[in-house]
Amino acid sequence: MSGHSNYQPTTRFGKWLHERLPIMELIQAQGMDFPTPRNLNYWWTFGGILATMLVVQILTGVVLAMHYTPHVDLAFNSVEHIMRDVNYGWLIRYMHANGASMFFIAVYIHIFRGMYYGSYKAPREVLWMIGVVIYLIMMATAFMGYVLPWGQMSFWGAKVITNLFSAIPFVGDAITTWLWGGFSIDNPTLNRFFSLHYLLPFVLAAAVGLHIWALHVPGNNNPTGISVKSSQDTLPFHPYYTMKDLFAIVAFLVFYMAWVFYSPNYLGHAINYDPANPLVTPAHIVPEWYYLPFYAILRAIPDKLGGVIAMFASILILFFLPWLDRSPLRSFKYRPLSRVFFWIFVVVCVILGFAGSGLPDNYFLSHHAAPADGGFHFTYKIVGQLATFWYFFHFLVIIPLVSKIERTEKAPASITEAVLAKAHDHAA
Amino acid sequence: MRKIFIIASVAFAALTGVAQAEGVLPAKGISYSFEGPLGTFDRGQLQRGYKVYKEVCANCHSMKLMSFRNLSDKGGPEFTAEQVKALAATFTVKDGPNEDGEMFDRPGLPSDRFPSPFANDQAAKAANGGALPPDLSLITKARPGWYGTINQFFNGIGGPQYVYSVLTGYEEPDEEMAKLQPPGKSLNHYFAAGPWIGMPAPLSDDVVTYDDGTKATVDQMARDVSAFLAWTAEPKMEARKHLGFMTLLYLAVFTLMLYLVKKKIWAGVPH
Amino acid sequence: MSTIEHTDVTRRDFIYIATGVVGAAGTALALWPFINQMNPDASVLALASVELDLAPIAEGQGITIKWRGNPVFVRHRTQAEIDAAKAVKTEELVDPLARNANVKESDPATDENRVVGGKEQYLIMMGVCTHLGCVPIGNDGDYAALVDNVKQGGWFCPCHGSHYDTAGRIRKGPAPQNLPVPVYSYLTDTKIKIG
Repeated sequence: MSGHSNYQPTTRFGKWLHERLPIMELIQAQGMDFPTPRNLNYWWTFGGILATMLVVQILTGVVLAMHYTPHVDLAFNSVEHIMRDVNYGWLIRYMHANGASMFFIAVYIHIFRGMYYGSYKAPREVLWMIGVVIYLIMMATAFMGYVLPWGQMSFWGAKVITNLFSAIPFVGDAITTWLWGGFSIDNPTLNRFFSLHYLLPFVLAAAVGLHIWALHVPGNNNPTGISVKSSQDTLPFHPYYTMKDLFAIVAFLVFYMAWVFYSPNYLGHAINYDPANPLVTPAHIVPEWYYLPFYAILRAIPDKLGGVIAMFASILILFFLPWLDRSPLRSFKYRPLSRVFFWIFVVVCVILGFAGSGLPDNYFLSHHAAPADGGFHFTYKIVGQLATFWYFFHFLVIIPLVSKIERTEKAPASITEAVLAKAHDHAA
Repeated sequence: MRKIFIIASVAFAALTGVAQAEGVLPAKGISYSFEGPLGTFDRGQLQRGYKVYKEVCANCHSMKLMSFRNLSDKGGPEFTAEQVKALAATFTVKDGPNEDGEMFDRPGLPSDRFPSPFANDQAAKAANGGALPPDLSLITKARPGWYGTINQFFNGIGGPQYVYSVLTGYEEPDEEMAKLQPPGKSLNHYFAAGPWIGMPAPLSDDVVTYDDGTKATVDQMARDVSAFLAWTAEPKMEARKHLGFMTLLYLAVFTLMLYLVKKKIWAGVPH
Repeated sequence: MSTIEHTDVTRRDFIYIATGVVGAAGTALALWPFINQMNPDASVLALASVELDLAPIAEGQGITIKWRGNPVFVRHRTQAEIDAAKAVKTEELVDPLARNANVKESDPATDENRVVGGKEQYLIMMGVCTHLGCVPIGNDGDYAALVDNVKQGGWFCPCHGSHYDTAGRIRKGPAPQNLPVPVYSYLTDTKIKIG
């Protein structure tokens, strides 16, 4: 934690508390006076938006748990009981279900922002890695949450994903049986998923605490990627960024509430309104939209174990990003070649998302099956394989190579210089 | 507006892998009063739909998530409390055990769930040639009438249209198709697992008599019952849209005010 | 003097290390119940075996029953299906092992080794795709027997496109193994007991 605060307790109670627990000093130093680069743009508001979404999810989740029953015979009906009988139950459940999607939209923007402005680079490697851990916990939490309504997609999604562990050599089957608490997904599985789905958000909140701590040691990165050099470069967090973040958070709520009230089921799967049936697989199992790119990577490798390894590697590779990028500059604003490859990477991730949504042997973006004649067809599978190749190629070859050879543009000497130049441009 | 979206969505119809199976047609794009951000249910239509449900569908299909009391809920068919009491009493409900340990039959009460026509799924299958008539409580949310990421975004999943299309989509198989016809199945190109469907065409003109004098054509009954099933799947739809309007109005004003506050604070601060 | 000091230090180190080891072992042992509680419980393990009469299943028909929470395919195969399965050489198979709990583990996946007691018309196996656990669809896939352009036997997994032949052996797609045959035996000529 950097910077000294000039906190002086003014009341007698304030003095009394300060000697015992200097929490007001912490709040003033880290929450109000904290020097923040003056040039942060709106992409930086997604941290605050994410914190808000975590609170919303915990709040709605705790309330839903008051009415939900984690039992295979009752779970589906208890969710419908929430939707039909509980006062405002429909609102709270739709907020929770759509809140998960909003959480992921915000986290993807947050991650891509970090990539574009080099926020993962020294001295923020630990901050970045804690962020990846948070993302992993989010994925696990969301996955278990989707199982709880015990619809068809809940059941079969859970079956497919837990079966990934059976690919581990020798102990795979024992691990899956252990995860399930039986020989298939059944009541023990639902019960433990409920327990863990309730627990993990609090682990997540603790990780967020570390994330903020790790942010407050080096301070914020900024769009220029240049380190803060003088107090001229910064503004106190309050009121400048508290109010800017608050505006962005409420604007995001407009977007979120539009989903909740006017398209509450669009981001889910219709088939999940059919109760789980262990004997009938739906014609097409797809995970929630936020997992689709990873699902595409899983399916791209024709070997079961290979697919599972590739899928986990695609997330774990993010841990190494700070060391794969060798450039002396952080922000892609002054790294033209990196910028081009960044946008290509964004497009590849979107393509991966679509590749994960279709039947492997259908033509890409079509619902017609390609003939099984052994010839080359532009199918979901092929597109998924090409995009998977590019995904890893980007991290393992492009980033190390480009960051070494690219000719960077001239960066300003300081944040203040950049800000003044921009103000000058505006005036002119 | 809707037409434009349908045209646009045909272009993007495939923008998702989940798709209609071969030989299955997308649902007919009929309109309902409850569509759009302000649409509400037509009470008369829901009441007629209930009649079709009770006299036709309920012979084979359960509706386990609905209670008689729901029929008088705000935002639904809004029968009066007395009407619901009378409606419920026409059903026989199993209750018990009584003091002698026996189960007994009694007339239905508003607080009872709609009784199911069969004791369990196995009995339902056995009575219907091996095909299970699905529970209808959520059918319009569980069965998309059409697909496509963009199509569904603008037009919804077409659940009520799916029900309407299946009910009005029965065909006589031609000579070629007749050869493939499995015993006891009918031809219906709108059925999601089609084209062969275990349910024989359930509607024919005047199979019910409407109390409000509306002519009971197959088309009319299919519209009414599909609207009724849209309500059973989402009974709080009207409350949702109403609260949504107020919420978004409030949030829009608050966002604007916060923007002005933010602007004022940042005025004169180069950033 | 120095010798005594030296032994002192060693003795002190030893008690530190020994205490640490005992503490770690105790912690590990205390963790075990918390890990093991997630394994199948006694009521799950006690699930009874299933008995089934095969006589009502007509030739070309298949049924699915539930055993230990999983579907089991029971199919009365046609001659065309049996012939198609027998025509395949084991070298052509993706998974050359029988995966039949009733034969030796190393036995090859010939059609004979996929059934029990020489009753080759009855194919009984788990209906759980060996890729990621979906239930494959019957009379489908590229390796079904074709009779009058209608597919007989063969399975296709809709999730990730695995194709199984008329003996339930994996032929194409991401699944690594043949559909496993559970332990079962004939109680009478047409009655079996699974498990």
